[in-house]
Amino acid sequence: MTPTAGAPAGDLRLVELTKDFGSAVAVDCLSLTIPAGSFFALLGPSGCGKTTTLRMVAGLEEPTSGRIYLGDDDVTDRKAYKRPVNTVFQNYALFPHLNVFDNIAFGLRRRGVKDVKAQVDRMLDVVELQGFGVRRPSQLSGGQQQRIALARALINTPQVLLLDEPLGALDLKLRRQMQLELKRIQTDVGLTFVHVTHDQEEAMTMADTIAVMNNGKIEQLGSPVDLYENPSTVFVANFLGQSNLVAAQIVGTQGADLLLDVQGRKLTMPAARNCATGDSVYVGVRPEKVRLVPAGASVDLPGHNVLDGVVIDASYTGVTTQYVVRMAWGQDLMVIAANVGNEVRLTAGANAHLVWDASDTFGLEATGDIAEGIETIDEAGS
Amino acid sequence: MELPKGRARRGSRSLPYVLLSPGMLWLVIFFLVPMATLAALSLQTGDYEQGFTLTWNWHIYSEMWTRYGHHFIRSFSYAFVATVAALVIAYPLAYAIAFKAGRWKNLLLVLVIAPFFTSFLVRTLAWQAILADNGWVTSTLRSLHFPMQDGRLLNTSFAVICGLTYNFLPFMVLPLYASLERIDPRVVEAASDLYARPITAFRRVTFPLSLPGVVAGTLLTFIPAAGDYVNATFLGSPQDQMVGNVVDKQFLVSNDYPIASALSMTMLVAILILVSLYIRRAGTEEIV
Repeated sequence: MTPTAGAPAGDLRLVELTKDFGSAVAVDCLSLTIPAGSFFALLGPSGCGKTTTLRMVAGLEEPTSGRIYLGDDDVTDRKAYKRPVNTVFQNYALFPHLNVFDNIAFGLRRRGVKDVKAQVDRMLDVVELQGFGVRRPSQLSGGQQQRIALARALINTPQVLLLDEPLGALDLKLRRQMQLELKRIQTDVGLTFVHVTHDQEEAMTMADTIAVMNNGKIEQLGSPVDLYENPSTVFVANFLGQSNLVAAQIVGTQGADLLLDVQGRKLTMPAARNCATGDSVYVGVRPEKVRLVPAGASVDLPGHNVLDGVVIDASYTGVTTQYVVRMAWGQDLMVIAANVGNEVRLTAGANAHLVWDASDTFGLEATGDIAEGIETIDEAGS
Repeated sequence: MELPKGRARRGSRSLPYVLLSPGMLWLVIFFLVPMATLAALSLQTGDYEQGFTLTWNWHIYSEMWTRYGHHFIRSFSYAFVATVAALVIAYPLAYAIAFKAGRWKNLLLVLVIAPFFTSFLVRTLAWQAILADNGWVTSTLRSLHFPMQDGRLLNTSFAVICGLTYNFLPFMVLPLYASLERIDPRVVEAASDLYARPITAFRRVTFPLSLPGVVAGTLLTFIPAAGDYVNATFLGSPQDQMVGNVVDKQFLVSNDYPIASALSMTMLVAILILVSLYIRRAGTEEIV
């Protein structure tokens, strides 16, 4: 069967997809439905299995077990060149011996389309590279090559477009610009985009739905807002943005709230925001939700949580000031304060209260490393 | 990294010439001088006992062509067939080493180079023994009614071409391997992702990208094969003599230095013309 352009797109479904490389499990019994027409991101650190998942969808890697469906078609055993799926590769993988025009026309020609000129020219318009047809890929900048790679895939109107860290090789400014452009193109053409990245900001900017992957499994799936506001695992809380996590015990309930004990201090948390099943929880709050109040000021606000500490570092970054505050039990928490102009700026050594709305508190299962998912080095590529 | 400006400037003036000079000197003494001597020798008359004098005897070139023209045609035909055969054998081999060999890659490369550990001459003599009339190869093929010239392998043009193919095969394999190995596998994957069947991906992507290796390999095979005389000496009959054999005989047996020099110069110019036409045709500068 040959793929037909513009065929009614269906959802992309992965069912119990597993891939082993020898003894290492890259993708571990992954099930996922990606709705047609959505911009979906697979987000995770290097080696989490996101690229392997993408390659299995493209047909470049054979799953050890599990099935892949496009709409109602089982495409698991279909060769890459027979799947209505196209990929924008990490380093673009443009054909160096062909010019830009022939690169873009490659897919159409392989499917027997004779008159490709009008379509290629239209694609060059879409990616705003009119007149670049006769150039060689080596004569283009990184951003231009990226757009050619996109055009080369898009011209085939695949049912699903796969993007494998497509912006990884670009500098920050260009990356921002391309993020918006990709989003615009996706909205215009209405295809399903599956985007693999380790850059959480990139995933959040572009995707409708994000699946956070770790160790070959999906940790959590949801909209960017949902994932950020309601992380359900330690990994997600730490990998997506930053979180202050502290080990706590549930000691009672009060209406819709849970009462917590943290090293002898009392905190409350909405019962609905607790993901833990036992009495031991990691209790968390995002650093920008916390207010830093100089010691001695009145902090007796109803419905608020308070912890006390000593500021050990304050770094001014322009838009915000980032404080590191050491708790009495030695743990460092982070506070990010917006520099709106009327706040008291604290310096290292100052005693302070950390105050936040109890409803911003979330509870996570207290198994495993409390620091899981914190990136210690800036990783590029997978 | 930036070098101190003054220093970089001073260095860049004389340094390239200093670095070039040993090589240039070597080439002048051992290449240019003998070449000029050879060219001059071809235009001299006289004999070995009395000595030769320069008489600008251009006539020798037409005389040489009348006597030995067919040797040139034979040399180039043999070299051409051997080059094509080597390409056909070497391409799948280099492809397998580059893409399919996995951890055997280095071992296979050593095996390709292994023949160089024995001398060219010894290996060709070994083939003489293998292809001998009373050897088991010939008798087996004979019993299978394999079509052979006069029922033998040794002293046939077939044996000479086989010898040339065998001897220059590594020179074909190595450049092919080098250019295939350099191909980014993701580019081939991209072709497959863009609806190219494996055979189409090879024809449209892998092969065009390996062309620099094909050009280098065919040149490295064709040029020495055309000038070779060892294979024709040991594996061929007097009817299979190549230009190299004639040069050898004129220099060392007949002592007719002018005609031997004229043969050498003609061979040199002919190869130069053929190679430059080929390179222009192949358009290697187009390939990155």
